[in-house]
Amino acid sequence: MTTKNVALGFLAVAAVMFVRAPFMIEAAPFEASMGAVSKIFYFHAPSAIVLMLSAFVAGGASVAYLARRRRSADHVAVAAAELAIVFGLITLVTGPMWARKAWGVWWVWEARLTITLVMWMVFIAYLLLRRFGGPGSEMLAAAVSVFGMALVPFVYWSVNVWRTMHPTTSVIPTLPRSMMGPFLWCLLAFACLYVALLLIRVRLERQAALVEDAYLAVED
Amino acid sequence: MKRLALMLTLALAIVSGAAARTPQEQVKGFVPQAQAPQQPELPAAPLLYGAYAFVWAVLLVYIFLLWRRVGKVERELADVTRKLNV
Repeated sequence: MTTKNVALGFLAVAAVMFVRAPFMIEAAPFEASMGAVSKIFYFHAPSAIVLMLSAFVAGGASVAYLARRRRSADHVAVAAAELAIVFGLITLVTGPMWARKAWGVWWVWEARLTITLVMWMVFIAYLLLRRFGGPGSEMLAAAVSVFGMALVPFVYWSVNVWRTMHPTTSVIPTLPRSMMGPFLWCLLAFACLYVALLLIRVRLERQAALVEDAYLAVED
Repeated sequence: MKRLALMLTLALAIVSGAAARTPQEQVKGFVPQAQAPQQPELPAAPLLYGAYAFVWAVLLVYIFLLWRRVGKVERELADVTRKLNV
């Protein structure tokens, strides 16, 4: 089975799950203090979890690249960094839409939101470095990606360490069954989508490298 | 790449525009609650549906752009492989 077929399989599973998700979310009860707007949670939290996962994958692959200089690790790092930006964008836009109703403001400069924004911008810096940094920028970009990964624990624990408006990490483990079901379903859907996109994006990076090598061979 | 730069600029503008607003106005005088104007409650539906629409839009646009990039690189690879074999 080829990488492309595995990726398409994950993509198909994710598509089916995303089609079913709105029905499960609609059936879930409202949160007592926030009402209907709290249902943004079912896409916001999974995308934030996938963002942190992607930051870890990008950082881990960058560490591997810095240690062993393997191109395959570099391909994974680029793919995961790009996906961290996509899922980060979803997190950083859906969060303020929820906050507007729940907190009365779009944005607050509190720890979790600020560190998440900084982490997202670190991965934008990574991609800009890769695009415009010129030859040899891969090493510097990899180091930037490691910094992005280092922010993940701060994002996760910030709500428990500092007094913030954002709900703490105890919310998800203590969800009632009627809310836990749709949440896990959406989390699995986002995870399947992430695996599919990562496989496709890594394959694209590998093929682009092959094209570059082939053009060099043609010139020789 | 131009498209990526445009998308990133737009995303930053959205985030920084939202961030520029302050949580509460500074208090300049006390008003008894009975005299306070009734604040209309913000409806949840536009925010809820807007958030879900945004998620779907971002994912579909990204998958579409990725699909186009894959097609372009596959065509280039086939082209250059043909040149190498000639």
